[in-house]
Amino acid sequence: MKLAQGVEIVSLLVLTVMVVAAALGVVLSPSIVYAAFLLGLVFLGIAGMYLMLNADFVAAAQVLIYVGAVNVLILFAIMLVNRRKVYREVKLGAVRQLVAITVCVSLFALLLYTNLNTVWLLTPEVKALPSVIVALGQHFFNEYLLPFELASVLLLVALIGAIILARREFIPDRQVENLELVERPKELIGVGEE
Amino acid sequence: MQVSLDAFLVIGAALFCIGIYGLVTSRNAVRVLMSIELMLNAVNLNFLAFSNYLDSDTIRGQVFAVFVITVAAAEAAVGLAIVLSIYRSRDTVDMEEFNLLRW
Repeated sequence: MKLAQGVEIVSLLVLTVMVVAAALGVVLSPSIVYAAFLLGLVFLGIAGMYLMLNADFVAAAQVLIYVGAVNVLILFAIMLVNRRKVYREVKLGAVRQLVAITVCVSLFALLLYTNLNTVWLLTPEVKALPSVIVALGQHFFNEYLLPFELASVLLLVALIGAIILARREFIPDRQVENLELVERPKELIGVGEE
Repeated sequence: MQVSLDAFLVIGAALFCIGIYGLVTSRNAVRVLMSIELMLNAVNLNFLAFSNYLDSDTIRGQVFAVFVITVAAAEAAVGLAIVLSIYRSRDTVDMEEFNLLRW
């Protein structure tokens, strides 16, 4: 076994443990703020896996967009909507959990079985392209030009839609005597609560 | 022994199943969106694994992964805006309380 292969296996193992443990934390952690930070860890680990798959541009995009934008957006949303509240118990909660676990585990088993029993048409020797970015750019501006332009329209639509949806439409009906910033009345929360 | 396609596919499958579990069982609407992000990342991992091991000359899987990242960013922005808007009107983010359209 060559040294490079050993390094590859060890780094994949470390990334796998990190990603799966952090993903379980995202789903199971009682505190949603910790879940959001663990989600950032998942994104970083997946970016490392992309590097192992010779995808340097996508790894950089993953770090920039997911860790830099989506995760920060989620943290902002948590700050805006997070108020510790005891959730009302639902009927048959334990049964629901059990059914969900059963479905997920059996889906994983099915995927594992399919994966191990399929013969993939592997290329005989994987070799990295000299420049991934040049190849990606040629794809984007030749055969994928229309989806590329549509993606920019989609981003514009999402931007405007998000602004319209999240805009504050609260108009006070009482007369404001002192000049103050009018806010919807909110409960005061103590320090240390989430 | 060598890192093969199967390893990445198994990791992707595990991540996808964790995402589905979170999507189905979470009470907090923001956590549901985080679970969707997990599932999208699992799909992206599969795209890149296939792109590397099956199609390493013309890396079309990476093109698709970039499109998926774009759509995921737009989805996160609109989804969180919807959660914020629901929170303003219903004063909660509990998924079980969002029954406006149920009956």
